[in-house]
Amino acid sequence: MIDVQNVTRLFGQVMAVNDVSFRVEKGEILGFLGPNAAGKTTTMRILTTYLPATSGTAKVAGFDVHEDSMQVRKRIGYLPENPPLYPEMRVRDYLEFVAKIKGVDSANRNKAVDEAMDKTAITDVNQRVIRTLSKGYKQRVGLAQALVHNPDVLILDEPTVGLDPKQIIEVRQLIKNLAGNHTIILSTHILPEASKLCERVVIIDKGKIVAEETPENLTRKLGGSQRLTLVVGGPSADVLKNLQAIKGVAKAQTIEKIDKNKAKFVVESKSAESISADVAKAVVGKGWSLYELTPESMSLEDVFLHLTTKEEVVQ
Amino acid sequence: MRNFLAIFNREVKSYFSSPIAYIVIGLFLVVCGIFFYLIVSSFAQYCMYADMQAAQSQYRMPPPKLNINMMAIRPLLNNISVFALFFLPMITMRLYSDEKKTGTAELLLTSPVTNAQHILGKFAAGGLLYLVMLGFTFLFMILLFIFGNPETGPVFVGYLGLLLLGLCYISFGVFFSSLTENQIIAAVSTIAFILFFWAIGWLAGSVNPGVGKVLSQFSLIEHFEDFAKGVLDTKHVVFYLSFITMGLFLSFVSIESAKWRGR
Ligand SMILES: Nc1ncnc2c1ncn2[C@@H]1O[C@H](COP(=O)(O)OP(=O)(O)OP(=O)(O)O)[C@@H](O)[C@H]1O
Ligand SMILES: [Mg+2]
Repeated sequence: MIDVQNVTRLFGQVMAVNDVSFRVEKGEILGFLGPNAAGKTTTMRILTTYLPATSGTAKVAGFDVHEDSMQVRKRIGYLPENPPLYPEMRVRDYLEFVAKIKGVDSANRNKAVDEAMDKTAITDVNQRVIRTLSKGYKQRVGLAQALVHNPDVLILDEPTVGLDPKQIIEVRQLIKNLAGNHTIILSTHILPEASKLCERVVIIDKGKIVAEETPENLTRKLGGSQRLTLVVGGPSADVLKNLQAIKGVAKAQTIEKIDKNKAKFVVESKSAESISADVAKAVVGKGWSLYELTPESMSLEDVFLHLTTKEEVVQ
Repeated sequence: MRNFLAIFNREVKSYFSSPIAYIVIGLFLVVCGIFFYLIVSSFAQYCMYADMQAAQSQYRMPPPKLNINMMAIRPLLNNISVFALFFLPMITMRLYSDEKKTGTAELLLTSPVTNAQHILGKFAAGGLLYLVMLGFTFLFMILLFIFGNPETGPVFVGYLGLLLLGLCYISFGVFFSSLTENQIIAAVSTIAFILFFWAIGWLAGSVNPGVGKVLSQFSLIEHFEDFAKGVLDTKHVVFYLSFITMGLFLSFVSIESAKWRGR
C-alpha cells in the first residue's frame, strides 16, 4: 500500500530524512519510532504530499506522491502533529467542510460525518465551537477529520501526544479498531505505544532507519541480552559462584535472601541466545531445588536507548 | 468548482463568525461617512456662496451650474480608494498566514484541492467582503441622488473603478499572506507594496519624460483618474485585470515554491 524508496529530504544543510526505504502492506499498522528531530514528521509530510522529497520515490496505493499527488491525497487521511482545526468553526460544520474538500459527494456527506463522529466518540460535542473543546476532544476531532472520507491509508503523527492517560488508552483503542480496514502509519516516541499498537516498527534516528522489526523480534534481536530471575534452594554463595561459571552468562547477582536456604538471583546473558536451559541444568545438576525461573525480556525502551546510543558511538 | 465553493464559503463564514469583518466594515464606513459629510457640506457651502455671488453681481448673471459629479462624487471616490488601501489588507492578511500559523495549511495542502482552487476561493471571499463595504458606501451616493441630481453613468463607472482597484489590493494581499505566517507582516507588506505602485506615478514627474511616461503606466492611481471622472476606458480595465492576475499568479508561485523550501 505504501512504498518508500531511498527518500531523502534536505532543509538547506540539514538532512532531515536520509535515504529511507520501507513498505507497508494493506491493512498493516506500522509504527514510526524515533526521538525528537529524527525525521518522522518530515517523512510523513512527504507521504502526504505536503512536502516533496529531495530525492527518492514514494508511492501510496500505487500512485507516486509527486507525480499523482491528487490521487494520493484522495486516498489518505492525515492527522498532523497539531490537529489542523479551524477554532471558530463548529465541530459538525468543520467535518462537513473537510468531507467536502476530500471529495465526499453531497449525498453521502452527512452519513460520512456521522460515522466519523461516532467512531471517535464526539457526537455529543458536534455543535460546539472547536475553540472551546478540551485538548483531548480536539485531538479526537483531528482524528475524525482524518477518517471522514474513509481513506485507505491513515497517517497519524503522534496521535496520543498531550492526552491524559485515560484519553491515551481510548485513542489507542480507537486506532486498534481502525486497523484492518485501513493501512496505518503512526509515529510516536513512546515505545510501549508502538509495541502495543503496531505489527511492525521502523526505528528512525537522525533521518536514518536504524531498525525495522516486529516489536517482539526487536526486543530479542537487538536487545542483545536476556535476563533471568530464579529462586534456588541451596547455599547461596555456592549457587552464585556456579551461576557465574555458566558459559554465556555475563553477570549473576543475588537480589534477596528469602530464607536461610533459599535465595533469589538474577542472571544476564552475554548474547541474545537463550540461556534458560543451561541455567536450569546447572542448578538441578548440583542437586539444588529450582523454585522459579522467569525470563525477563528487556523493554523496548532499553532497546531504543541501546539503538540510539549505538548510533552516537558510531558518529 | 465544488472545492472553490467550499473554500469560499468557509472563508466568508469565518469572516462573519469573528469580529474582524464587522470591525473592518464598521470602521471603513465611519471613515467614509466622515469624509462624505465634509466633502458634501463644503460642496453645499460653495454652491450657496456661488449663488449669492451671482445674485449680487451687477450684470445679473445666471448662477453658475456646479457639477456635483466633478465636485463631490469624484473626490469622494478618490478618498474611498485611499481608505480601501488601508482596510483591505486587514481582511486579506489572515487568508494564508492564519492557516500556516494554526497548522490548518497541512489539511488544506494535503487535500485534493488544487492551488488555483483555494487561491481563487480565498480571493473571492475577500472580494465579497469588499463588495459589502462598497455596497454600504453606495448608500451615501443614494443620498446624493435623493437631494441632488448627479449623472448616473459616471457614478457606476467610478464604482467599477473602485471595485477593480480594490481587487488589485486583495490579490496582492493574498500573495503577501501566502509568504508569511505573521499577519501583521502580511498587512504591512501589502500596504507598502501598493503605496509603491502609487508613488511610481509621482516619481514619474521627477525623472526624464521618457522613463516617466513608462513608469506612470504602472501607477495604480493614474489608471483610477479616468474612472473617478466617470470615463470608462478599456485600457484601464485591462491594466487592473492584469494586475489582479499577477497577484494571483505570484500567490500560486509562492505556495508552490514554499514546499521546496519547507513551507
Ligand atoms: N520546515 C523545516 N525547515 C527547516 N528544517 C526543518 C523543517 N522541518 C524539519 N526540519 C528539520 O528536520 C529535522 C527532522 O525534523 P522532524 O520534524 O521530521 O522530526 P521528528 O522526528 O518529527 O521530531 P519530533 O519528535 O520532535 O516531532 C529536524 O532537525 C528539523 O529541525
Ligand atoms: Mg514530529
